[in-house]
Amino acid sequence: MTMKARVTVTLKNGVLDPQGKAIEGALKSLAIEGVNSVRQGKVFDVELDTIDKSRAESVLKDACEKLLANTVIENYRIEVA
Amino acid sequence: MKAAVLLFPGLNREGDVVRALRQAGADASIVWHADHELPAGTDLVVVPGGFSYGDYLRCGAIAARANIMDAVRKHAAGGGLVLGICNGFQILCESGLLPGVLMRNRDLKFVCKMQHLRVERNDTVFSHRYGKGQIIKVCIAHGEGNYVADQPTVERLEGEGLVAFRYTDADGNIGGAANPNGSINDIAGIYSANRRVLGMMPHPEDLIDQLVGGTDGRGLFESLAQFEKIAA
Repeated sequence: MTMKARVTVTLKNGVLDPQGKAIEGALKSLAIEGVNSVRQGKVFDVELDTIDKSRAESVLKDACEKLLANTVIENYRIEVA
Repeated sequence: MKAAVLLFPGLNREGDVVRALRQAGADASIVWHADHELPAGTDLVVVPGGFSYGDYLRCGAIAARANIMDAVRKHAAGGGLVLGICNGFQILCESGLLPGVLMRNRDLKFVCKMQHLRVERNDTVFSHRYGKGQIIKVCIAHGEGNYVADQPTVERLEGEGLVAFRYTDADGNIGGAANPNGSINDIAGIYSANRRVLGMMPHPEDLIDQLVGGTDGRGLFESLAQFEKIAA
């Protein structure tokens, strides 16, 4: 009676991402070509004790708003399997 | 002046904050994060620096959701004084007591050094023992001190005089290499709209003894110890 979900948190457009920039530079130094830019985010794999998809989505939305994302600078995306 | 210094797992600056408050004549005690209430008669809550919860998720994010923070929000809503230093500033931003967020430093380095600041105004409970525009030498030690807020918020902070301190060089010059972390408008600390909540990245509590490099941090704690001089 569980279901799995994935929450992806990314920086909003326009928010400077120094870590992404550093990774971008490192890829260039490895001669990996064709990479225009890199933005770093976070992935949370969550197991829920429900099989109700809309219930799962509302729990995760609450989790994102209260903790997983700082909505001043970050967007989140919820995918329920 | 009765001060409550909060302690979360991973903070490490609480002892120095208590020492600085007591040196200035304040009564200071440490309050554990899992408590639900502040001690009766608390005038000031200090959230000190360190690495609460190992900086997991985002700096200050987990501490900002601790039990005691509901009491701190209530205290602030009633006009009570709150000071957040370094990780404490990050916790105040994450808890919604101050706007904006502290991002990774511009150069991705943890910066640990002496740092000069300009005192932007000296008519607040936190700053009345300084001169207006005075350049003080304190220190910084952070990896995520790059203050960011959206444009309307920055305009409001500037327009309402809510920038408390700006980074400068030793001569008081602002900008360029004087800004250690890329903070917008060289912001080192900000006030809430009523100027009763202050968040700052630098550590005034480290500069209270000539033995360790200076005493410019004392002014902030002496201001707080005599907070009644500034009308609420």
